[in-house]
Amino acid sequence: MNKRVLVIAGGLSAERDVSVRSGRRIAEDLREAGFDGVVADIDAALIGALQDDPPACAIPLVHGAAGEDGSLQEVLQSFGVGFVGSDADGCRRTFDKAVASALMREVGVHSPACVALPQSMFRDLGAPALLGSVCEQLGLPLVVKPNRGGSALGVTIVTSPEELPAAMVAAFAYSDVVLIQRHVSGTEIAVAVIEVGEAVALPVVEIVPDSGIYDYAARYTAGSTEFFVPARLEGAVLQAAQDVALKVHSTLGLRDWSRSDLIVDSEGTVWFLEANVAPGMTETSLVPQAVLASDFTMGELLGELVEQAAARAATIAT
Amino acid sequence: MSSQSSLGSASVGTRLDPWVSSYAERARGMTTSAIRALFSVASRPEVVSLAGGSPFVAALPLEEMADNIAKMIREQGPTALQYCTGQGDEVLRGQICDVMSLSGIHGHPDDVVITPGSQMALDLTVRVFCDPGDVVLAESPSYVGALGVFASYQCDVVHVHTDLNGMSAEALQEAIDLARSQGKKPKLIYTIPTYQNPLGVTQDQSRRDEILAVAQRNKILLIEDDPYCLLGFDGEVPRAIRARDAEGVVYLGSFSKTVASGLRVGWALAPHGIREKLVQASEASVLCPSNYSQFTISNYLSTTDWQGQLKVFRELYRERRDALLESMDQLMPDGTKWTTPEGGFFSWVTLPDGLDATAMLPRAVSALVAYVPGTGFYVDGQGRDSMRLSYSFPDADRIREGVRRLSAVIETEMELVETFGPSSNTGAIPRIGQSTPAPNLP
Repeated sequence: MNKRVLVIAGGLSAERDVSVRSGRRIAEDLREAGFDGVVADIDAALIGALQDDPPACAIPLVHGAAGEDGSLQEVLQSFGVGFVGSDADGCRRTFDKAVASALMREVGVHSPACVALPQSMFRDLGAPALLGSVCEQLGLPLVVKPNRGGSALGVTIVTSPEELPAAMVAAFAYSDVVLIQRHVSGTEIAVAVIEVGEAVALPVVEIVPDSGIYDYAARYTAGSTEFFVPARLEGAVLQAAQDVALKVHSTLGLRDWSRSDLIVDSEGTVWFLEANVAPGMTETSLVPQAVLASDFTMGELLGELVEQAAARAATIAT
Repeated sequence: MSSQSSLGSASVGTRLDPWVSSYAERARGMTTSAIRALFSVASRPEVVSLAGGSPFVAALPLEEMADNIAKMIREQGPTALQYCTGQGDEVLRGQICDVMSLSGIHGHPDDVVITPGSQMALDLTVRVFCDPGDVVLAESPSYVGALGVFASYQCDVVHVHTDLNGMSAEALQEAIDLARSQGKKPKLIYTIPTYQNPLGVTQDQSRRDEILAVAQRNKILLIEDDPYCLLGFDGEVPRAIRARDAEGVVYLGSFSKTVASGLRVGWALAPHGIREKLVQASEASVLCPSNYSQFTISNYLSTTDWQGQLKVFRELYRERRDALLESMDQLMPDGTKWTTPEGGFFSWVTLPDGLDATAMLPRAVSALVAYVPGTGFYVDGQGRDSMRLSYSFPDADRIREGVRRLSAVIETEMELVETFGPSSNTGAIPRIGQSTPAPNLP
């Protein structure tokens, strides 16, 4: 009988739709690789599914808070279910963009200067003065984004102080804390890291959205963004980008797979923006493109990761 | 160690869609939307969805319908499961005339064209009348399904000022004059005169006379879309505009709200010249409507106390409307306004100054309540300060809970606006369908 792998996807975040599509595709890839891939939502029925018919392994693919902030991972750990992906601590360090940026700066990786503040701070201290101070400190242009979130939801590039209030309101719709980050212009890239035994960085994906902004529509509407795999960068820069992604993966204590979103500026410096512990796996997502350009197939990769996760769980159980 | 097959200079780009340069101009802008994606969260049972406009079909006499359908297959199967004429079943067309007589309409079965939903009837009417750039005059706001049809035929939609009594006749005339002065062709006037979607308002009889007079004076065909006419809470059925004029009005009707939306049976009642073209257009699109669905509806009308069932629906929707209005009255923050529908499914809510319903939706969904932002019902970016609430599907307790959640979201948003000021960034105008849910969202 084929090993049953539970792909947990969906959830209640604004990225539910992306997660459901990611989950369906991975379940299909698992079945093609000889596993019994089944999709389950993160809802009241999940615990029953884990207890009544324990899977060999789970693959958490819920995007957004419950799936990427460590909560789901804690649940799986507490039920003794092996799972692909980072543990709860790794997720916590990563999902908070301000924390992840700070940790990477500490180890010498370039990350744009930023400020992360909750709404209450603006309310209590006065938004105009605080925003003015932030503008002075960081300069323009700025990127305003939810400190915890993905798929570019709530993200605005601000080129003048007058645009800041609306950008803040848009970001606070998704998160209680907003990150205001100095904008770095350059080549936008993504680097996936796969850890089967040892960590390996996959080919660098270059992202060129027609609109100039890799927003939600650009990410999930086929045809609206052009991708180059590998990215059209000098070999040394490609290597540097992969090195940064590997450093992110190890510094943040990530496991099995991760995706780092980076910018390469005009001088060839690689800047870390954020990392993802449950990267999207839809038809237009970045990791599947990187896998396609690598020496792996998605089925082989999933097979290795599933066996690895199941073995980990077995070790813990004994 | 890295896995990389070649250096970057040899890369060839991909857009992940080999047909990207082949799409028609009208397909440009058909992009995914973060707002629309939020509605997939609304399908979870934890979320109180005040968004979709689904009828509460669970209130139908389902056991009786099951028996009737089984009997239909046994006794009429070879016909019910076969193609029919492009115009639709003759018996049902006669029954439709009986239904329309409740609205004061005297129609002939020969002038009825049955379609898979009145949405298709609208589509066909626009198809036979409008060239790209022709002007359609619609209410402000208007039904998103209609706006989608107009967009698909590349019509130029002009929103006409609409008040609590429906479309303004003065504004309609002004809009026609303006369009003509600009060298444009106003081809159609589109109105939902009864329990309008999304406003919930109804044109009184004198307003209907005025609107029709404008249409007649300017020789512009009027499309009267009337799916909710039998769902007035007082049981009265307003006299249709079509009851006054058989030649200048195409009347669209539907069984989606009075029987079952899933059966997809609607119709157009049109003057014979138009009717012939609609039949040909329908055959070119769908060959014929579903005989299975038509027979189901026809048998339902002839064997079930369908008017008694309408009373069940009216009472149910009235209770839910009351739950919505009462809870809004109790809980909504000062500055929030809303319409008071006397039938149908919807109330239109306008937020306190400075708030943006589109920007607020992610916060609402996080708080487990959903609505449709007002921008979904305009082609020109209006409606950011408004939302449509539907009370047709959730029960009264769920509605009250939904309003409780929504009012808390509005209060939080008001605090945010107080902190940062009203949003001066109106953002890109969303394309039709980008900020509204799929039809099956309850």
